[in-house]
Amino acid sequence: MNGAPVFTGVGVVAPTGVGTGAHWSAVLAGEGALAPVDRFDVSGYPVGVAGLVRGFDAGACLPGRLVVQTDHWTHMGLAAADLALDDAGADPAELSEFDLGVTTASSSGGTEFGQHEMERLWAQGPGHVTVYQSIAWFYAATTGQISIRHGMRGRCGVLAAEQAGGLDALAAARGDLRDGARLIVTGGTDASLCPYGLVAQITSGLLSPCADADRAYLPFDVRAGGYCPGEGGAMFVLEDPESARARGARAYGRLTGHGATFDPQPDPWPGPPAPSYAPSGEGLWRAVEIALDDAGLAPADIDVVFADASGVPAADRAECRVIRTVFGPRGVPVTAPKTMTGRLYAGGAPLDVASALLAIRDQVIPPTINVTEPADAGIDLVGAVPREARIRHALVLARGHGGFNSAAVLSA
Amino acid sequence: MELTLADLRRIMRGCAGADESADLDGDIAQVPFADLGYDSLAVLETTSRIEKEYGVRIPDEVAADLDRPAALLEYVNGNLTGV
Amino acid sequence: MSVAVTGIGVVAPGEPGVKPYWAMLTSGRTATRRITAFDPAGLRSQLAAECDFDAEREGLTDAEATRMDRSAQLAVVAMREAVRDSGLDVDGGDPYRTGVSIGCAVGATVGLEQQYVPLSDHGRDWLMRSATPAPHLYGYMVPSTIAAEVARAYGARGPVGLVSTGCTSGLDAVGHAMRQITGGAADVMIAGATDAPISPITMACFDAIKATSPDNDRPESASRPFDRDRRGFVMGEGAAVFVLERTDRARRRGAHVYAELAGYASRSNAYHMTGLKPDGREMAEAIRVAMDRARIGATDIGYVNAHGSGTKQNDRHETAAFKRALGPHAYDVPVSSIKSMIGHSLGAIGSLELAACALTIEHGVVPPTANLHTRDPECDLDYVPRTARECDVDVVLSVGSGFGGFQSAVVMTAPGWRR
Repeated sequence: MNGAPVFTGVGVVAPTGVGTGAHWSAVLAGEGALAPVDRFDVSGYPVGVAGLVRGFDAGACLPGRLVVQTDHWTHMGLAAADLALDDAGADPAELSEFDLGVTTASSSGGTEFGQHEMERLWAQGPGHVTVYQSIAWFYAATTGQISIRHGMRGRCGVLAAEQAGGLDALAAARGDLRDGARLIVTGGTDASLCPYGLVAQITSGLLSPCADADRAYLPFDVRAGGYCPGEGGAMFVLEDPESARARGARAYGRLTGHGATFDPQPDPWPGPPAPSYAPSGEGLWRAVEIALDDAGLAPADIDVVFADASGVPAADRAECRVIRTVFGPRGVPVTAPKTMTGRLYAGGAPLDVASALLAIRDQVIPPTINVTEPADAGIDLVGAVPREARIRHALVLARGHGGFNSAAVLSA
Repeated sequence: MELTLADLRRIMRGCAGADESADLDGDIAQVPFADLGYDSLAVLETTSRIEKEYGVRIPDEVAADLDRPAALLEYVNGNLTGV
Repeated sequence: MSVAVTGIGVVAPGEPGVKPYWAMLTSGRTATRRITAFDPAGLRSQLAAECDFDAEREGLTDAEATRMDRSAQLAVVAMREAVRDSGLDVDGGDPYRTGVSIGCAVGATVGLEQQYVPLSDHGRDWLMRSATPAPHLYGYMVPSTIAAEVARAYGARGPVGLVSTGCTSGLDAVGHAMRQITGGAADVMIAGATDAPISPITMACFDAIKATSPDNDRPESASRPFDRDRRGFVMGEGAAVFVLERTDRARRRGAHVYAELAGYASRSNAYHMTGLKPDGREMAEAIRVAMDRARIGATDIGYVNAHGSGTKQNDRHETAAFKRALGPHAYDVPVSSIKSMIGHSLGAIGSLELAACALTIEHGVVPPTANLHTRDPECDLDYVPRTARECDVDVVLSVGSGFGGFQSAVVMTAPGWRR
């Protein structure tokens, strides 16, 4: 491959909207999509606010037989992939099958489908587990189904690094293009807002207990007290630049850099962090350095940072320290549009990448909402209103539970 | 308690979903499941559901030959053990 | 640039450790038995190849054993054996230049299911208001925890990830690690795979699709790849982890090199989530590309380690793929499936099989396909029936196939081998 791979298609299924246009309009308008969980009765749970995808009808965009055999997580992944391919004007049937691949990030797999099947097993017996359990829960389901739906016979992959995995999936897709593939569908979605999913997430001790949607997820704020989970994500068409040019495809931007590191977590692990939890941010800092180096850029070249925005005070402080260290005090605009959606796990970093690409296209930094009392004056946190800016290079940060740090550079 | 074509349609739609490209309402008795858009998994799920609802065991060797609605109906109704 | 295997650690069905593993593989004994992990009554397939694994005996602390799902426990123990074996100076060098790539298909299924039962009041409460969840339940929900535990136990700070591509995870995690090294992201990769799927939900779901063997009366011989009377695979569990380094660096530090990873490729059949076409076309393409990258021809291959799960469709599909990819040489090369002895441990098996391949090169013995008595006309290659074969092998091809359509291939060569 000559040069950096290009994003030629973006497909979003997120709490902010189904479709890239709906998502971006909502984001620029600062429309928070966090809301009380109404899928099931959460009274009695210590959390209640999440980023739910509204207006998504799997039956309307996917064949009935496919809907029955897969989880909501895969429904959204398939829909987002369809949107991305459509946006790219790419018809896989017209391209050489072995030159096409799929690599997604997965965080919890088909959680709700799995809960249903375990319920059938334990309440009724082994003969009541459906045949689809063997293909719906496992973490590879979305990649497999996208590959089949579009006849993509090149290398297909699945990476898991919780919230950081989405950036690593893009890097793996880039690796495939370097190895000779022409077009990869990549990104990630997540859906774990079912009882078992939520009960499990609560044990991390990182979820905000606040029931008020405007105050529940306040990363970088003095009142930060955890995060809200969300569902959905984004898929992309990532292409070899010459292949894209030959097709006359429009490019949103390029993937020019990536770095990934790991911070071993102190005890107690993996339960709620001790009060003394004070991560240094060293791993995240190294990931940023690696990504910038990979892109051949200096910190001064970066025009915006899409923050990981943990919402957990100690982790926020570590991220601020990293940003100040690399860019200098108030040295770069920082934003967290995920304040509108919550953290989407495998879909989180891809959604940030989508927003970053749109920011590059429209030369505007999306807002960060609800953060009215920023804790660190050394961070230029974009407020509740979008900021027009010249954007040539964007840095996206993502940290995954357990110590995963990833950074990606996107360029015009 | 006979398994009718209507029952089979209900079960197929319920456990395997419905595909717009196949019309389950027509004369499907002699149409192979594959041509109705129902793959091996969907057929397995359908027979499993029938086994439970009708109390008829369909052994592996037999199941392989029941490739269309009529064959499935004939086998099940020929092996009902009574209500 | 090739990647060297300088350390191997294994927790396989039977006794943990590389030595017991290799002893079993070369003896042709099988580790398949009636499930003891829980009472399998009521299941269609009541068999599994289980690891006789005691966390305390294998050196895990109480805290590790309590919080880690079985899949993570197996991986960490295997990693520790591999690292000791490699002679790597763990504290020397830059920890940011060491990464981890672990494959796993079904994650912390055992832990998730064990927690589910009391939390849901035995499947009666959808809202899960009974009991208190364990503090590490979220760690079970995200399979990335397994890779994090391995990285944490080693002290790796470089790129860490979990590869989860179903039954090819064990090959794909190694392929991912190879690329991290050759691409310059890491100098050392702790790479391999683990899976502990022997749990009611997993057994029940494979029962539903009739993929597992119902030969409950003959546990030792139930896994019969390539045999005419094969009736499905036998569930397994286990882990295999490698220390991988760039070959030139391994030589510089005087490391013992078992084998070199010369080529990896993966393709997808994009056909069906579980079904396989009889022509083996996409597996053949993965093999062709892996061979191309390894710069070898069909006649260089001295042994093929098959996926050989023992289902009717797989063994037929794979045989066709070998013929397609290797031409007439498919008939001349020994092919065997060690799943005949250690069952199919889903995401782990690819790494367990690569361990067997490295040991084949090291020791000059090809493991057999156990339980192979009756020829299937559609499977007519030399599958090394029942008895291991002494054979100097310089080039091994290992393949895998899995739900979702994944088809992967790895070419491994003897250290320093050139055509």
